[in-house]
Order: sequence, then structure tokens, then C-alpha cells
Amino acid sequence: MKPFLEVKNLTVSFPTEDGLVRASNDVSFTVARGETLAVVGESGSGKSVTSLAVMGLHSRRSANISGQAILHLPTGPMDTISATPEAVRKLRGKSMAMIFQDPMSALHPYYSIGDQIAEAWALYNKGSKADGIRRATEMLELVGIPEPGKRVREFPHQFSGGMRQRVMIAMALVNNPSLLIADEPTTALDVTVQSQILKLLKDMQKEFNMAVILITHDLGVVAEVADRVCVMYAGKIVEQAEINDIYYKPDHPYTIGLLNSIPRVDQLEGRRLQAIPGQPPSLISLPKGCAFRSRCSFSEQVPDNRCATEVPDLNEKLEGHFSRCHLTETQLTRARSLAGSK
Amino acid sequence: MSQPVLKLEGLKKHFESTSGGIFNKKKGVVKAVDGVDLEIFPGETVGLVGESGSGKTTVGRTVLKLYEPTEGKIIFEGNDITGLTRKQMKPLRSQMQMIFQDPFASLNPRQTVGALIGATFEIQKITPPGGVEAEIARLMERVGLNPEHVNRYPHEFSGGQRQRIGVARAIALKPKLIVADEPVSALDVSIQAQVVNLLDDLQQEFNLSYLFVAHDLSVVQHISDKVIVMYLGKVMEQANKIDLFRSPRHPYTKALLSAVPVPDPIKGRARERIILEGDLPSPMNPPAGCVFNTRCWKVQDKCRIEVPELLQIAPGQSLACHFPEPAVPAI
Repeated sequence: MKPFLEVKNLTVSFPTEDGLVRASNDVSFTVARGETLAVVGESGSGKSVTSLAVMGLHSRRSANISGQAILHLPTGPMDTISATPEAVRKLRGKSMAMIFQDPMSALHPYYSIGDQIAEAWALYNKGSKADGIRRATEMLELVGIPEPGKRVREFPHQFSGGMRQRVMIAMALVNNPSLLIADEPTTALDVTVQSQILKLLKDMQKEFNMAVILITHDLGVVAEVADRVCVMYAGKIVEQAEINDIYYKPDHPYTIGLLNSIPRVDQLEGRRLQAIPGQPPSLISLPKGCAFRSRCSFSEQVPDNRCATEVPDLNEKLEGHFSRCHLTETQLTRARSLAGSK
Repeated sequence: MSQPVLKLEGLKKHFESTSGGIFNKKKGVVKAVDGVDLEIFPGETVGLVGESGSGKTTVGRTVLKLYEPTEGKIIFEGNDITGLTRKQMKPLRSQMQMIFQDPFASLNPRQTVGALIGATFEIQKITPPGGVEAEIARLMERVGLNPEHVNRYPHEFSGGQRQRIGVARAIALKPKLIVADEPVSALDVSIQAQVVNLLDDLQQEFNLSYLFVAHDLSVVQHISDKVIVMYLGKVMEQANKIDLFRSPRHPYTKALLSAVPVPDPIKGRARERIILEGDLPSPMNPPAGCVFNTRCWKVQDKCRIEVPELLQIAPGQSLACHFPEPAVPAI
């Protein structure tokens, strides 16, 4: 499958009084139309920073950005990192769109839902205000809002959390984008509403044949909707693979640790959670060597103290399965079975 | 069997909603909690689950008398504490403590960790054996904080460490009951497990009882012995953990459980899913009959007219539904 978005060696850092914050470090991935790529990580892992860079939403005064984010448009490839802000602005909404965690703060409280969606539509379409409202009503119907003709005139505060997220999705999709970035789209929602929104996103992806990047910390949500997964830690991708490989054959001690630390509603026997000790390092003073080393229970198995001195490369160990770890395949197999049996 | 640490009988908490204008006209009554019964025994954890607006947080706060109950009884270790005044409650406060959701908002940013934990002794005028300072150091060590950091301020700690400060404060006076309101939902996954394990260990060590309020069913399933499912202020189903998760009888419980994502792509995608339509109705204007009838996938005419009573269907298991799901026999 030909990718629609190709991110290559993307690095984002922010100079601060305390030093340079390396928020996203040499990140590369691709995503094709019709495909869902999940980017998983904890707070500060760089998942949101990376996607904001793709969208061209970092201020160029406060962020240092290098690398490429190439969109393969019908008119030819275009790099959103090196393009002018004006050129990137013309891609936003039309070629790529984004939805956020908190729909209340992403919607304008003073304008009606219809006005806000119509405004997004009018950016790339010619037509009257009434045409825009008509289009907004169609979109609301498509995303499953009951009585769209009436709700289109209402304001954000009159909508529930789940309904607001539907409005955000309607607005993001009004110009039929090829890429949708969803940043924690269901984190603020109750589980019953979460499953409605995840289903809606899947349906919309089919309808518009979109490439979707789903940014989340929830490994349950990822298991449900993703085709491929990138696991990020301290600004770097530490593992990248097809969905089943991540869950059944995880290759990085961090991924293994994450999977073992979550309680599961489908496992009733009272096992003790295997927490990952410690906490992520500061992005200002990253340790030498592997950033996960201080929390990793397998690093002493690597000879010559390499974990402390040498940053591991992101190696393709099996086809399509990348991992950033010095452990050999034999050691990892042992690590996986050890972790599972404890 | 021993006496329950906490017993609630028909607990109700209604809030009057007013227009807020100069006449402050009454607009209506929000029945945040509308009849909850429960018992928590020593060393036991009762999980209280439900979506936002279900009233689970209000139950937790009313138990500690942070809200005055509208009706019903709160019985703590055999004594009815429903009518006690703030002053009369004070000596009991050392027995019942709370852990809050947001470790950023619940700690005073201008106080050091030592002062935050030490305040509990000061308020109750208790001097622990060995002195306050030694006790603070011991508590910090017990919850996994470095006692050398006693003079640091909350902003110098990460979210997980702050939640540990909250835990240290809650256990300082050796309480019998801790109400934990979403204690891990603000934490990252890898940190969440650390705090859950800490709560588990402390429970074993001190024979603590927890009322664990949370929306994350995976965490509740892990930590609880009994689970109560609430919807719009009412108890829908109540059972021991194994029964509830293995064989949910209420259509709401079943839908809620089916909506929880499972971190297993093959199993998760093969699961039968009940997607509930719409949102929670307004608690100001709850539907007639069963409060769940507007979203229920099994709704019939009777549900729109007659309120189902919470009835005991087996020892330790009760249910409020006219048309429950059949019990799944144990394997």
C-alpha cells in the first residue's frame, strides 16, 4: 500500500530556560489511506508533539523542527515541515484534519454549531451562508446527531460530551480530508459513549477512505481499532509493528511492561499487577544510552553495559516489526514468558 | 460474621437547583443519590461504578458527611452518624479518610510534604509514638517516597508521587475506612499499577476497608470484592465481583461491561458488543419508570411505567430490573 503520509526523522525540540526539551526525537512512520496507525505512549512521550508538527501547528519561534512530513497529494508530494506556513494552512482542513481530546475547549462557545461547521466548509467551497448551513446539517446527520435540522442552530454548551465530539468529527470531515489525526478523542468520555465514538470513527474512515492516526494512552482502545502501532517513550519510537505482533509478540521491554501493568476486565483471577518501577526521565536531561534503562528489568542481561552507554537503534528484527532494544531475540523470548508467568 | 465498618440504609442526597437570580427561585431537585444500601466489612473493598452523573462521587462524599444526607442512615461501626454535627464528627474523622482524584488540586501548593502529612496529627491533637517527625518519615517510606524529600513542595513531585502523598495523608491516623474517589484515573498507565498495588498492600497490612469510586471498570474489577453499579442516582445491580463480571444480570451492567475495551486485538474484536444509544438523561428530569429505560436495549412498556425495585436475587446479589438477563452458570 502506498503511504499517504510519510514522516521521516522528525525531531521537535523546545528551547527553555532550563535547557533544550527534546520532545520528539528522530520519529519516522508512514500511514496509508484506509489504514489506522495508533501512536501509544504516556504523558510526555512525544505523541502529541509529533502530530502537531505534522499539522504545522507549532509556533516556529518556540519550536525547533527538523525532518520531513511528506503528504502524497494528487498534485504531488508536499513536505509540511519545509513548506511555508501559508501553504500548510491551505492543507489543513482539506487534506489533513485533527480532532482533540476536549471538544468543549476546541469549539467556540459564542457561535452556533452550524456557523462553525459552515465556516470550515466555506474555506474551500464557494456558496452562500445557507449552503454552508445545509452542508453542516448533512454532516451532523452523517455523524449521528438526532434532529440535525434543529441542533445545527444550537450552541456547544447545549451538547453533551459525546455529542460535542461528534460535532468535532463533523467539522473535521466537512471538506473530506485524506488524513485525520485524532488526539485522545475518547479520553474524556464515558465508556458507553467511547464505544459509540470509536464505531463512528471507523465508519467515517470507510466512508471517506481516510488515513487515521489515533493518538492514545489506552491500550484497550488501540487493540480495538488500530492496524499498526507505534509505541513511544521519552520522545522516541521504541517499537513499531502490526497490531497482533504488538499484543502477542511484543519486542520491547517497555511494551511488555505496559501490557502487564494494566488490569483487564476479561481476567477475573486476582493476579497482582506488574507495575513498571520508577518514572519516565526528564526530556531536558535524557540519560546516556537507552532512555528506558533505569526502569528496565532486563538491561543487566546485555553484555558490556551497552544499555547505559549506547542508544539502541530502531532495528527491523522481523519483517515490519521494529524495536529499539539491545536484547537478542532469545533473551526477549525469555523476557516475554517470564513477564507472562509471574 | 463481624460487624460492617460502614452500612448505608436507603441513603439519599438531593440537591435543590435554584435559578441563581435575586429571588433565587427554586428550579427543581436533582436526585443525585436516590436510595443506596451497602455494607462494607473490615478488609473489604466495595467498588462503586457508573458513568458521569450516576451519583457515585456524591455517595462517597455523603458517607464522609461532606454533604448532609437528605434521607437514610449512615452507620459507622454500629453507630448511627447520620445526624452528627461537624463538631461531633471530628473525632471520627481519624477513622474515615478520603483520597481524591486530582493529586494536583488536592494538595496545598504552599505547604511542604512534611507539613501536609503532619497536619493530620495536629488537627486531631495526636502525638504518634516516636514523635511526629519520625512518623512522617516512616509514612513517606511506607508509601514509596524518599523521606529526605520531606521539605519539598507538591510541584516538585510527579503525578504518581503526589498521589502517594495523598495516600500517606489518608493512612496517617490508621483509619478503618478510606473513600477513594477515582484515585488512579489521572495517572499514566505504568504509574497507575504502582498506586493500585500500593493500595492493595496497605489494605492487607492494616485490614483497611475501601469504598472505591471509579469509572474504569478494569481497575474496579481488579481491586474490588463487591461491586455496585449505579445509574442516575440509583443502584442497578450489586453483586460480588466474580458474579458481576462473569454473569451480569442487569442490561445496563451487561452493556457497560461490553463497552470496556480489552487489550487483546483478536479477543476484543470478536466480543459481542452492546452499543447504548444516546447519553445519560438529565438528572433534573429523570425518565418515568426505570431510569435506564431511554437507553435500554431490552426496554418494554412496563419499564416506562413501573419503577423496578432493587430485589435480592441470591445471597449478596441484588438487581433492579423487570427483565433481567439469565444467569450464566458457573463452569
